[in-house]
Amino acid sequence: MNNLFVYCEVAEDNSIADISIELLSKGRRLANELNCKLEALVIGNKLNKIEEQLFPYGVDILHIADDKRLFPYTTLPHASIVKEILKKEKPQIVLFGASPIGRDLAPRIASSLRCGLTADCTNLKIGDYIEDKTKKQYKNILYQIRPAFGGNIIATIVNPKTRPQMATVREGVMKKEIFLDNYKGIVKKIDVDKYLNDCDFVVKIIERHIEQQKINVKDAQIIVSGGYGVGSKENFSILFDLAKLIGAEVGASRAAVDAGFAEKERQVGQSGVTVHPKLYIACGISGAVQHRAGMEQSVKIISINIDKNAPINKIADYTITGNLSKIIPKMIKYYKENSK
Amino acid sequence: MSFKIILLAKQVPDTKNVGKDAMKKDGTVNRSALPAIFNPEDMNALEQAIRIKESVEGAEIILLTMGPPRAANIIRESLYRGIDKGYLITDRRFAGSDTLATSYAISLAIKKLEPFNIVISGRQAIDGDTAQVGPQTAEKLNIPQITYAEKILNVNNKQITVKRRLERGIEIVTSTMPVLITVNSSAPKCRARNSKLVMKFKHSNTDSELQNKTISYTELYDKRPYLKIKEWSVDDLNTNPERLGLSGSPTKVKKIENVVLQQKQSKALSDNNNDIQELMKELINSHIIG
Repeated sequence: MNNLFVYCEVAEDNSIADISIELLSKGRRLANELNCKLEALVIGNKLNKIEEQLFPYGVDILHIADDKRLFPYTTLPHASIVKEILKKEKPQIVLFGASPIGRDLAPRIASSLRCGLTADCTNLKIGDYIEDKTKKQYKNILYQIRPAFGGNIIATIVNPKTRPQMATVREGVMKKEIFLDNYKGIVKKIDVDKYLNDCDFVVKIIERHIEQQKINVKDAQIIVSGGYGVGSKENFSILFDLAKLIGAEVGASRAAVDAGFAEKERQVGQSGVTVHPKLYIACGISGAVQHRAGMEQSVKIISINIDKNAPINKIADYTITGNLSKIIPKMIKYYKENSK
Repeated sequence: MSFKIILLAKQVPDTKNVGKDAMKKDGTVNRSALPAIFNPEDMNALEQAIRIKESVEGAEIILLTMGPPRAANIIRESLYRGIDKGYLITDRRFAGSDTLATSYAISLAIKKLEPFNIVISGRQAIDGDTAQVGPQTAEKLNIPQITYAEKILNVNNKQITVKRRLERGIEIVTSTMPVLITVNSSAPKCRARNSKLVMKFKHSNTDSELQNKTISYTELYDKRPYLKIKEWSVDDLNTNPERLGLSGSPTKVKKIENVVLQQKQSKALSDNNNDIQELMKELINSHIIG
């Protein structure tokens, strides 16, 4: 009772999705702070031994709904199970990924349970809340922190009165952290037939093409990222040359993606992925707030820009003012000369 | 046969074109400084709705929007493109609604229009980017939902077939009706205004708008009653006032911070050979790369 729940998504290869592992890692920390248990809910098909993947992240209680009708994900059967489990277990907090699945499912649950839901959080904290009017104090509330208004403001949202407090969390903003390699929780099997009925299956998937993601900007340790200032798709090739040499992935700003210079999967920023590499090399990126929101947590930032007053220079550790088509080849040259 | 499509759309501040004066000194949003526009993905939904209407005999599109009186603009814009009728849900008592309270009010308005076949809207509005109101409304209506729709492939009396665009691929799904569909920005762009429809509906107004007119529209409206855009207040919906506006909204904003850049101590380099050489050495020596 009053524990913290994470809805775990099952990925295409039947493993637990990255976003859910990230949420469990954060959830474990929050549960420790709240002195409650961490519970996970996995709904899918052929979930044998799935607990081996989950327990090391500190899961105390694992609820499993395993049935051939439950993968791939469709809204209604998952919603029926989640609603009933939450009604029964009465958690204080429930977290979902801000993924296509989480953003499809969580609002349905919140609507049914009539509780507050905050979308797309980039941070979660525990703290107190005092209601303005009544001065009533609420202890140990979940602070749901998210960018709002097109990224121009950061809002802290709370749901003081309703339970559970629900949030969807952006992929890539929480770090994956093993809690204990040999941590053991308990498994509770869900009797699926008790919760499902025929009308949950009125939406049928008749065709499906989902690709395993090939481009992985999110987990890259070094990112060479290009903006509109790179100028063309062809000009991006020197970014790839540098990236290949130093073991980096190539990222892009929204302007570069919109202009067709780079694939959508490479987009860093509010409408793309959030990254925190040890080095971020921003090439021809002016640095709109929406972009900075997705990369300012990088350990080191190098900005290469013609304009020495580009906004991104304010958060850069190194700024190189000049033409990137000259600078990047020099970086390649001096890297080759000085490495080893 | 009658076939009713209910389009949900919203007028939003244009957050993509935020100017200098968009934020007040206290860090709150200066809404008056931002132009009000038709939420972009709702335009995609409008296009899909019109296409369904064109393919299903006897289909009609009714738009529902919730907002201040000036939101009547998006109803007119939709009339110019092919919807049949629009309702503006407007009342100060809705102010401060979060997505839960909004979906409650909208679901009650939709119930007034029952029976219907399809509820369709954009995936999300650019002022909140939550994508919650669609699914929350579907739950309240107890109907299935299809989110991230890119194209309606087929509609007949019994079934609808929809192509969904997901992060890493596509899905084609079928559903019974009634169903709620939310449309992605990857769907086809909305068509331009139709000049005949502009002529037909350019004098469409709500009662609030008519009050501010200097000339009388009474005669015109008696002849062409379809020009009147109906406004619904809280009293027109069968509401529980506790579930509306601020009191019906469980989420509260605790704090708003303007996004301010924290100036870092940065090292300014030029593009000369020496500077770049020193930088690469420094990165290699500190094990950041290499």
